Amino acid sequence: MGDLTEAFVELVRRAATDLPEDIEQALRDAREREAPGSAARGALDTILENVALARRDSTPICQDTGTPLFFVHHPEGWSTRRLREQIRAAIAEATARSYLRPNAVDPISGKNSGNNLGDEDFPTIHFEETDDPELTVDLMLKGGGCENVGAQYTLPNSALGASRDLEGVRRSVLDAVHKAQGKGCAPGILSVAVGGDRGSSYLRSKKELLRQMDQPSPDQRLAELEQRLTGEANQLGIGPMGFGGATTVLGVKLGSLHRLPASFFVTVSYMCWAHRRRRMVVRGDQVTYH
Amino acid sequence: MHKLTIPISEVAIRELRVGDPVALSGVMLTGRDAAHKWMVETFIDKIRAPQGDDQMVYDALRPLLRGGAIYHCGPVVAGLNTQQYRFVAAGPTTSTREEPYQAKVIRHFGLKAVIGKGGMGAKTLQACQQEQAVYLHAIGGAASLIARTVRRVVGVHKLEFGVPEALWVIEVEDFPAVVTMDAHGASLHAEVEARSRRTLESLLPV
Repeated sequence: MGDLTEAFVELVRRAATDLPEDIEQALRDAREREAPGSAARGALDTILENVALARRDSTPICQDTGTPLFFVHHPEGWSTRRLREQIRAAIAEATARSYLRPNAVDPISGKNSGNNLGDEDFPTIHFEETDDPELTVDLMLKGGGCENVGAQYTLPNSALGASRDLEGVRRSVLDAVHKAQGKGCAPGILSVAVGGDRGSSYLRSKKELLRQMDQPSPDQRLAELEQRLTGEANQLGIGPMGFGGATTVLGVKLGSLHRLPASFFVTVSYMCWAHRRRRMVVRGDQVTYH
Repeated sequence: MHKLTIPISEVAIRELRVGDPVALSGVMLTGRDAAHKWMVETFIDKIRAPQGDDQMVYDALRPLLRGGAIYHCGPVVAGLNTQQYRFVAAGPTTSTREEPYQAKVIRHFGLKAVIGKGGMGAKTLQACQQEQAVYLHAIGGAASLIARTVRRVVGVHKLEFGVPEALWVIEVEDFPAVVTMDAHGASLHAEVEARSRRTLESLLPV
């Protein structure tokens, strides 16, 4: 393998400055649903104008360039140690070029490292070996405002009337949307994992965010609930930025993973409207971005 | 569209109502989590003695904040090596984390505007009413667009807090925002929360 550092810098630049087409289209559709002259429509106009400016000028869409989450799928024989070194070098370089804000803060001393490199989990890199001949790297930048409104529910929950079933999942998710109000930068995307342990459930909820907006869950039961929850979350009327309006979420993603008999977690990750994700594929000497 | 100039007069504040779009111009200060904790602990509650340049920074901030605006923002700044600072991306951060501090800061410094996103709670709303101040909601995530309204970085204090947490003194022109908490006791956030709660209850019958 050659040195991919510069290719990773480009992946970061695209993720931070160029919003994916499916997300932008969802925002355009949301704009059409808001009343002309409303604060909600004004917010979406500003958002869409900002998306175009960021893309044109290669400046960050949002100043909170978030936690960089890398999902690396590599063929047999690749050195994950070297890939990690190159990704870390690229993150520091992308920060120096102002594609990223220095975001890694030591929680004990309060000191910002200044280059986005923290301990081994900052940036977060997940490696997985595959049978595919190419290297595929997904990068997601998840801002702190939306991360803060994420929530994990333990069912049964009598206050919500939520039992260990899909109706219980539905109740938990709607409660999370209501609690979030506009604070996660609505209209967001809800990504929910059912089951697992606390850690695996949060990780899975983030992985579901890698799906395209128009890609439903392969599980018919979950796909139906995704649709229903999108409609019901929007009935809440929280609207863009919490100004009130027709679109509170752009979509809902659901996934499930096996759980212990004792545990039933419903884990809700909230992704802000600035859902920054990009994919890089390396085949031989050729690098492409998607 | 209300054009506001910093320092903002009480007359201008009283004219503002929830839902009004505003364009703000003048010199303002960014300040978020570390800044609010530092201001309140060192100079308002005085549970921590001033250290290093604390007193000097405080003296510099006071005239700036009287009738002024504080912006909950952790910007992306270029020119850190040359100190030729330029704001590249500068959208608002979530304001609710400053709820424990904000009312005290409004009263102590005579702030007229708090700018952020997501709205604030009852204590801040009460301070807005008593002190004749407003909460202005900027569009979350619209960072490149908002950075273009920053004409000049006048200076920076407490850079040791880190770039996002430092107190940046910036001159803005036609900074766009919406009034979501006014000086008459109205909060769009409280209204939307109450309305959405009623809908939630109808969706989730016990």
